[in-house]
Amino acid sequence: MSGNTAMADQSINRKSFTDAFSSPDFYEIDDLLTEEHKLIRNSIRDFVKKEITPNIEQWCQDAHFPEEIVKKFGDIGAFGPTIPQEYGGGGLDYISYGLIMQEIERGDSGMRSTASVQGSLVMYPIYKFGSEEQKKKYLPKLASGEFLGCFGLTEPDHGSNPGGMVTNFRDAGDHFLLNGAKMWISNSPKADIAVVWAKNEAGRIHGLIVERGMEGFTTPETHNKWSLRASCTGELVFDNVKVPKENLLPGKNGLGAPLMCLDSARYGIAWGATGAAMDCYDSARRYALERVQFGKPIASFQLMQKKLSEMLTEITKAQLLNWKLGKMMDEGKATTAQISLAKRNNVDMALKISREARQMHGGMGITGEFPIMRHMMNLESVITYEGTHDIHLLILGHDITGIAAFS
Amino acid sequence: MKILVCITHVPDTTSKISFTENNTKFDISGVQFIIGPYDDYALARAVELKETHSASVTVLNVGGAETEPTIRKALAIGADEAIRINAEPTDSFFVAKQIADVAKDGGYDLILMGRESIDFNGGQVHGMVGELLDLPSVSPVMQLDIEGNTAKISREIEGGKESLEIGLPFVAGCQEPIAEWKIPNMRGIMSARTKPLNVIEPSDNEKKTALESFELPAEKNAVKMVDPDNVSELVDLLKNEAKVI
Repeated sequence: MSGNTAMADQSINRKSFTDAFSSPDFYEIDDLLTEEHKLIRNSIRDFVKKEITPNIEQWCQDAHFPEEIVKKFGDIGAFGPTIPQEYGGGGLDYISYGLIMQEIERGDSGMRSTASVQGSLVMYPIYKFGSEEQKKKYLPKLASGEFLGCFGLTEPDHGSNPGGMVTNFRDAGDHFLLNGAKMWISNSPKADIAVVWAKNEAGRIHGLIVERGMEGFTTPETHNKWSLRASCTGELVFDNVKVPKENLLPGKNGLGAPLMCLDSARYGIAWGATGAAMDCYDSARRYALERVQFGKPIASFQLMQKKLSEMLTEITKAQLLNWKLGKMMDEGKATTAQISLAKRNNVDMALKISREARQMHGGMGITGEFPIMRHMMNLESVITYEGTHDIHLLILGHDITGIAAFS
Repeated sequence: MKILVCITHVPDTTSKISFTENNTKFDISGVQFIIGPYDDYALARAVELKETHSASVTVLNVGGAETEPTIRKALAIGADEAIRINAEPTDSFFVAKQIADVAKDGGYDLILMGRESIDFNGGQVHGMVGELLDLPSVSPVMQLDIEGNTAKISREIEGGKESLEIGLPFVAGCQEPIAEWKIPNMRGIMSARTKPLNVIEPSDNEKKTALESFELPAEKNAVKMVDPDNVSELVDLLKNEAKVI
């Protein structure tokens, strides 16, 4: 890659690109939003532009999790927006939650992961299944960003099959004794608390709140990721950890409890991935209009127009899917299979758009001058976590046929 | 302490500007409206003073019902209540008169607004409000601190900066760096739902100017890129095309 190739062409300046994002809204979906929704969306967009966009390329290049963002997310209200205000949450609806995730992930999927985990996988189970004391003790601190939380379900040998988990606890009189290990846990290396799913003596899954500092509890970091590099990931290791009995979530047990949390998080991911796709599309559109080859902008070539047309079509479909799913979430009637459809479709669409956009940017597409390669690498995680692409297909298959292809 | 912040509802700075009805009406289709950027600085400083001086902040806008999302944003940022004077803000004197009529019995210690709006850029309203209320008015205010009944101000003047002390109450037209713009947080947006927004009718309809038509500036020519190695082409262009040498 020498000399006078596309790689060396710096004439299209990144600063003007990141500042000039225009949100694709081909079907005037804004008409379906309230003025308050738009204010929420625009406020988070401004927040991302101020706090994330100017720094994200460097954070990712350095594999740096910016710890200060936790407090800032708390201040803006990105943690647990649907949790009632009495517990420090936003008291907002699910469309608002979706818009917040969309805008954060337009900035970066890793940043959105940090917010998703805190809201849907830590605050949500404490709010839904926790005691009043647990809610009062943890939720306000998680909402404000004073505490960072993580969610321990996946294990080294149990990813798509969480029911097979081996992490367990037993009654040891005045406390529980927790043993086992969790893997691929977002936020774990910096988390103050972990909501951990483990089996009791009878093999029933329960949620336990484990606090940093409990003896025998460690959180080794996972290094050398090529994806979600600005978000920290690690393990949770429990070696005879004494967990106070009052840290058991009393409201629900069984695999259904963590799966309910995943429904909420997956809903946010459907919106978030759409945000990443919007960013890739917008960058590709503007690059194609500015980049000149053969004496004219590359946007004038039919193959470029095909790519852009298909991108806009898929984004528009995803936006409508998100909005309707959000309405069903607000009405409390969205099913796991409906959420699976949206998560699977939108993440796949975003990943494909990021790959096409990468090509449209030519050599520049692989650099940190543009957000594309970062989105693309991030989305490789997003298509795998919170239910893989294939598992969501089988959830849908189960819903269609009534026959589970996995048990 | 009571603070009145007057805000405008103006097109976003990136809007594409066009006119309809024989160039007498601004075409608002597809235009996003925002709080006037200078007014936004004034609001941000007022909200800071609210925290440090336990002040109450009222925002005021002269405009139709379409400006209410902009007013709600000001409430989400931290104003306590809002007043909308239900009229088109077509004329600086008219707007100033409306503000003065509301402010005269309001007991405000500070009346803040932007140094100018960014639609018509008149930059006259703060001066007129001061005159109508017989209060001092200063602009453009870049720093504002309150100690007791006195304000310490710094103001941009031709070729320099002026530091002033001024007794309350007074009127100020504000600009950066008086405060940093504030982004409303989700809690602020929720609480804005229930904050009072009172709509009142204009006190009179006297206007000092009448609009005849708008005209866009001539389009700028496209930028020509000249290779740094090709100085003779640059000289030729400057001489024969731009005719500047």
